Amino acid sequence: MACDAWREKLDAYLDGELASADAAELGAHMRTCGSCAADALERVQLKRSVAAAGKRFEPSAELRAKITKIAGTKPQRQSSWGWRMLLLPAMLVIILSVGVDFYMSRESSRRARVYGELADLHVTTLASANPVDVISTDQHTVKPWFEGKIPFTFNLPELQGTDFTLAGGRVTYLEQTPGAQLIYHIRKHEISVFIFQDRDGMGRTASEPNHAFSFTMEGWTQNGLRYYVVGDVGAEDVKALSKLFRDVG
Amino acid sequence: MQVAKDPLPGATFDELALPLFDQLYNFARWLTQDTAEADDLVQETYTKALRGFSSFQQGTNFRAWMYRILRNSFLSSRTGLKTTVAFDEEQQEPEKDASTPESLLIEQANREMVQQALTELPVHFREILLLCEVEEMSYQEIADTLAIPVGTVMSRLSRARKALRELLRQKLQGGRHGV
Repeated sequence: MACDAWREKLDAYLDGELASADAAELGAHMRTCGSCAADALERVQLKRSVAAAGKRFEPSAELRAKITKIAGTKPQRQSSWGWRMLLLPAMLVIILSVGVDFYMSRESSRRARVYGELADLHVTTLASANPVDVISTDQHTVKPWFEGKIPFTFNLPELQGTDFTLAGGRVTYLEQTPGAQLIYHIRKHEISVFIFQDRDGMGRTASEPNHAFSFTMEGWTQNGLRYYVVGDVGAEDVKALSKLFRDVG
Repeated sequence: MQVAKDPLPGATFDELALPLFDQLYNFARWLTQDTAEADDLVQETYTKALRGFSSFQQGTNFRAWMYRILRNSFLSSRTGLKTTVAFDEEQQEPEKDASTPESLLIEQANREMVQQALTELPVHFREILLLCEVEEMSYQEIADTLAIPVGTVMSRLSRARKALRELLRQKLQGGRHGV
């Protein structure tokens, strides 16, 4: 596809609205096309500027009080006390979850996007005919291979005494930022470890293993680097590999 | 089961609507450009929404529903009628001046400049940018809020972004040449 056709899809891609197959293809195109990647970067900058500039106005305390009063006016639905007592635990859960949801929605939607993209990267890598660019089980071969290809260095853990084996690594991109993707094997499953420089908005909250997108994922920040561990394995394996990285990170 | 008509089983209006208060107010101020009018608009929105809450359909998006009420109230207000009269979906796009690379341009644009440019944009462009970038709504949510098809969301967003870039470019180049 020509660059013009890709550029028409860039906005949808950056808004998280492009179908995953298209998004993966566009991501691959941008890895080889500097001008499309630069265009994407410009659009991201504009998105961020508007997001920052748009959060501008705060309501007065008087208006807040008024609205709280209006919203608290008893609705038409009447229910007896007996019902209310029965519903109380459920309502508490809803109040908490709705409140927390709204509070967290911005951060979590961003995080969901980042995790979605990582799941895509993991799957596309495994589906690829050449999943890794440097094929080696030796961390002392893999680590130097990244020098000059990404703007940071990182440490790889020793795997002696564990079930993990290193398969190799490749350069990858998340939100237009280059980083390292390392593939590990355990009991015929693959796990990707992604390492990027930490920067604003990359879903920064540390997370326990979770099962988004049918993969187990864990993410954390350590010494200025952002780590994500993604695989179709149980939480214990993801946790164990994460710990090995944390210990050397 | 008795939950069919409730948006969330047992959830009351204030539980759903109050967490949206700050965002709705910010949006109202951007639309009206006036504190008193924004206060009135938000009050009107909550009053109307409370009245209509029993008819709110489960499975539809509560946030989009609230924004739609606010926006419709704005459009039928005196300021709203004045500012939105002449919007043409297919209007000509501004000519692009390519003399400054965009990345440089956006980097130079500070927060105040972007805010000023947003204020100057036609309200249809301003609101769709805010819903997308500030509220982080999906295209479908924006479509529900503005009552337009998703295809129109995409084309309007694209034009809004171009118009904003062009405004920023003018501001930066105007400033640089002391115009």
